[in-house]
Amino acid sequence: MARTRASRRLVADICLLAVAVAFALPLAWVVLSCVDPHAGLRVRVPGGLTLDNFHAILTPDITYTPLLNSLILCGGGTALTVACAALAAYPLSRFRSRLNRPFLLTILFATSLPITAIMVPVYALFVRVNLIDTLQGTIFFFAASQLPFAVWLMKNFMDGVPRELEEAAWTDGANSLQSLVRIVLPLMGPGLAVVTVFSFVMMWGNFFVPFMLLLTPDQMPASVSINDFFGNRGMVAYGQLAAFSVIYSTPVILLYVLVARRLGGGFALGGAVKG
Amino acid sequence: MKPQRRLVRSLPLAPTVVLLLLFLAGPIAYCVYIAFTDLQLTGQAHSSFTGFANFRHAFGDPEFRNAVWLTLVFTVLSSLVGQNTLGLALAALMKRASKPVRTLTGGVVITAWVLPEVVAGFLLYAFFRREGTLNAILDGLHLPRQNWLFTLPILAVSFANVWRGTAFSMLVYSAALDEIPSEITEAAEVDGAGGWRRMWHITLPMIRRSIGTNLMLNTLQTLSVFGLIWVMTRGGPGNKSQTLPLFMYEQAFQNSMIGYGTAVALLLLLVGSLFSVVYLRLLRTEV
Repeated sequence: MARTRASRRLVADICLLAVAVAFALPLAWVVLSCVDPHAGLRVRVPGGLTLDNFHAILTPDITYTPLLNSLILCGGGTALTVACAALAAYPLSRFRSRLNRPFLLTILFATSLPITAIMVPVYALFVRVNLIDTLQGTIFFFAASQLPFAVWLMKNFMDGVPRELEEAAWTDGANSLQSLVRIVLPLMGPGLAVVTVFSFVMMWGNFFVPFMLLLTPDQMPASVSINDFFGNRGMVAYGQLAAFSVIYSTPVILLYVLVARRLGGGFALGGAVKG
Repeated sequence: MKPQRRLVRSLPLAPTVVLLLLFLAGPIAYCVYIAFTDLQLTGQAHSSFTGFANFRHAFGDPEFRNAVWLTLVFTVLSSLVGQNTLGLALAALMKRASKPVRTLTGGVVITAWVLPEVVAGFLLYAFFRREGTLNAILDGLHLPRQNWLFTLPILAVSFANVWRGTAFSMLVYSAALDEIPSEITEAAEVDGAGGWRRMWHITLPMIRRSIGTNLMLNTLQTLSVFGLIWVMTRGGPGNKSQTLPLFMYEQAFQNSMIGYGTAVALLLLLVGSLFSVVYLRLLRTEV
């Protein structure tokens, strides 16, 4: 029995390592190419180590402005999403109402709508109401598209905070808003972190929304501006593209690691969509 | 309860409701409206109502049928077969594997998932290009090379979507497998059921709800993939990897037919809503 278990483990290890290698190949390209002075399209050991690729792209035009735009868009969108979701989750979690169930069902229905499909009408609508090519319009849309899932997550996390603590505050004369901000939210720190990080990561990686709703190159976030490496005809500087990809991807990977470590492997996401 | 008090209590919902009405429900309603008009991108004072003309046009349009077919291939290959099966296999293998291998594989697969969509697109573009890594490996093995993005673009983008999306299925199935009591699998083992039979007769029936949820969410996510394909092939060569979202974009913006593009979008939205409703029914007991 012990021997079969050990050999079974070995087989599982070998299979998993094979998958890991296959998944790692495209990742290896970006890691190796960003320090390769003559990077091409295939994975290879760099001819020499250089930081020239990073030096070449660390200019306001190529890196700083798009990253700042990304930060404004995603920071603004996330702040709006989290604030609205926290407010909305409170009555849904604390007060009984006949409307709660239909409201939550609508929210859940909206989480799984393909947002891609409504981008053409959103564009047409934004042209009509003069929100096209504005950061605030894009922020509002980001928040609206992320809100259904954020409200759903936030409500589930808030359900986990016991009511007794609040009742004490109510007898001391605190109103709902005070008990939400002073008692409930501080007690659901990890849940709040998950909602914030998840919203931010989704917006940071989103390409289609800013691609459709913004027109001026100066306002473009990194997810759209990265395509400029291919825009101007001629030689594509693959090393620089790799270096930019690394800089642009690092924040979301760090955020994920931060949250995953605090909450244990599965990221509360596995729990949030459990069936 | 007094109506006044009820109003005050539901006041915190207001910002969310307003945002959702203005920026989500509004566009959907507008979508339904302009799908029945001949709205164009430029130089048109007003559009006129054209009834079902856009939809009739779509069903007679060979390019639309091509897009529907490619969307179907893309969804079945990458979501139903690829992400779902590979995710389940990884989760099942991880239960047996040693801890360092488990951590390493999980880390690599999840990194592919966390990367921004466009970056994932570039990495796989480099992987599948004629002078890219995949052909280098095939050369090393003395196997015939292919110009993947040219001859089999839909296969390349499907693999790309598997690469990017498998982590989600893996996490869902890992959580589901952890909930199966070990006595049950051990009892089956003592009774002499082999690995495959245990999987088929015990594990799969026990996690069927997770399978349903995961398939729905994968399919919905795959239906709306745009950036990944856009970066890798732009829908080309020709329209050989043009799924519905890319077709919709091309009609609306390259061909300036917003009305027609929106009609296609509305069809996509309807399919999505259908999956959404099924998903809600699967979750029914939990709300």
